[in-house]
Amino acid sequence: MSVKVRIPSPLRSFTQGADVIEVAGTSVGEVLNGLKDKASGIETRLFKAPNQLNRFVNVYLNDEDVRFLNNLETPVKEGDEISIVPAIAGG
Amino acid sequence: MSYVVGLKCKECGHRTGIAPEHVCQQCFGPYEVEYDYAAMLGKVTRESIAAGPPNLWRYKDLLPLSGEPKTGFNSGFTPFRKALRLGQELGCTDLWIKDDSCNYPTYSYKERVVSVAISKAVEFGFDTVGCASTGNLANSTAAHAAMAGLRCFVMIPHDLELGKVLGSLIFGPTMVRIRGTYDDVNRLCTEIADKYGWAIVNVNLRPYYTEGAKTYGFEIAEQFGWRLPQHTVVPTAGGTILPKIYKAYRELIELGLVQDNQPRIYCAQAAGCNPVVKAIHKGVDLIEPQKPNTMAKSIAIGNPADGYYVWHAVKDSGGWGESATDREIVDAIKLLARTEGIWTEPAGGTTLAAAVKLIQQGRIPRNESIVISITGNGLKTLEAVQNDLPMPEVIEAKLSEFDKLLERQRVKARPVRPATAPLQAVAPHVHAGLS
Repeated sequence: MSVKVRIPSPLRSFTQGADVIEVAGTSVGEVLNGLKDKASGIETRLFKAPNQLNRFVNVYLNDEDVRFLNNLETPVKEGDEISIVPAIAGG
Repeated sequence: MSYVVGLKCKECGHRTGIAPEHVCQQCFGPYEVEYDYAAMLGKVTRESIAAGPPNLWRYKDLLPLSGEPKTGFNSGFTPFRKALRLGQELGCTDLWIKDDSCNYPTYSYKERVVSVAISKAVEFGFDTVGCASTGNLANSTAAHAAMAGLRCFVMIPHDLELGKVLGSLIFGPTMVRIRGTYDDVNRLCTEIADKYGWAIVNVNLRPYYTEGAKTYGFEIAEQFGWRLPQHTVVPTAGGTILPKIYKAYRELIELGLVQDNQPRIYCAQAAGCNPVVKAIHKGVDLIEPQKPNTMAKSIAIGNPADGYYVWHAVKDSGGWGESATDREIVDAIKLLARTEGIWTEPAGGTTLAAAVKLIQQGRIPRNESIVISITGNGLKTLEAVQNDLPMPEVIEAKLSEFDKLLERQRVKARPVRPATAPLQAVAPHVHAGLS
């Protein structure tokens, strides 16, 4: 099944400027890993090690931070949307 | 003159020029402004700073503007004073308060970061500014945008205190109330900044915005007579101000303007939202996000962007962290008001309550210099103390009624002081370093 991934502007140099990429997969981790097939190099920005996100990368499945779900193992279904969001200052 | 070199990633060290960017393209880490400190030596001095205006721009050489400031001409340089009566109550002999509850024009520390961010937005040529906010930042952004003549959007969680909502609306911004927590607002704002290309002060202007928080630390040092307090207790929400106070202290040490007495920094959070304090207690710099549940809405940020840097500033300096329950927060608000005549919001109550715990635990020695960082004003959060301060009964305008009231309350009328009696010396509102 295919899931939409929202790409923030600092990563769009890997996606030829596209802000949304559709990727197939059954879990958040699988989808994010699959991104590299369509946006080569993006994996080095997202992952510190296999299955370990960089400290400043926040990933949301629909409206929920995946750290409140099952992290990268959280299952996804058709029509879900994943957002990659950089950390921002308080307010 | 400007001593700014450019932007440098705090994580991987990647450098780029001055631009409205906040995230490193190499590693996603945050960019920070880099300065040429060597060029400042002998030029940025106690005297050059003292010759500056009585506002935060007296530290302009250590801030990231290329040209002249555009707003904030009455912001910063807030009172710093010895807290004699609070000190007596806590058994502390050298207790001080840095009081941003009266920072102009919207009564919080946010004037500092916003003055820098809005000035920078004008430099970059933006005509629209905005922010994601728990209230204080929205108030400040709206007010400074009004002063600078910019269009303004403020994005806030739907359930903020009335004072914080009206305190923004009065300045005429477009306010967007968003169902969810600050962390949800934050995420949406990141996407808005991407899509509309506005200057969102705490998103794409974050490297400049956060530098403004250093002025809180500069002022403490200058007003303390060009000394650093041994212990500084600071509230943490997103984690902007604490590492920047530490950075301010380190910069002044590097420039030889103060002696390095190894100042310690302590983090205060509400028990209902304490991801950084938990990580400090665990000894691991992994900040686990939380769903906030606290009355201290201004610091209810469960996923603090700079929590990692708070953790390291606290650990590197030899400090610690504590959190306070809602009950402890309200009690501390009342304690500060009763002993020092300062009405702070729950964030300030959190800081004092955490400081009291750290003092009672012996982590902060009672005879050493301690600064409590008060960052916001209680008049904006009436709800916080409303239930704790029952409305007094109404009486007729007759002395007999008053006498009865006193009797009911079993308040002993104090003897009237003779007119000739000398006034007792009261705690002076010391502005050390300025006298």
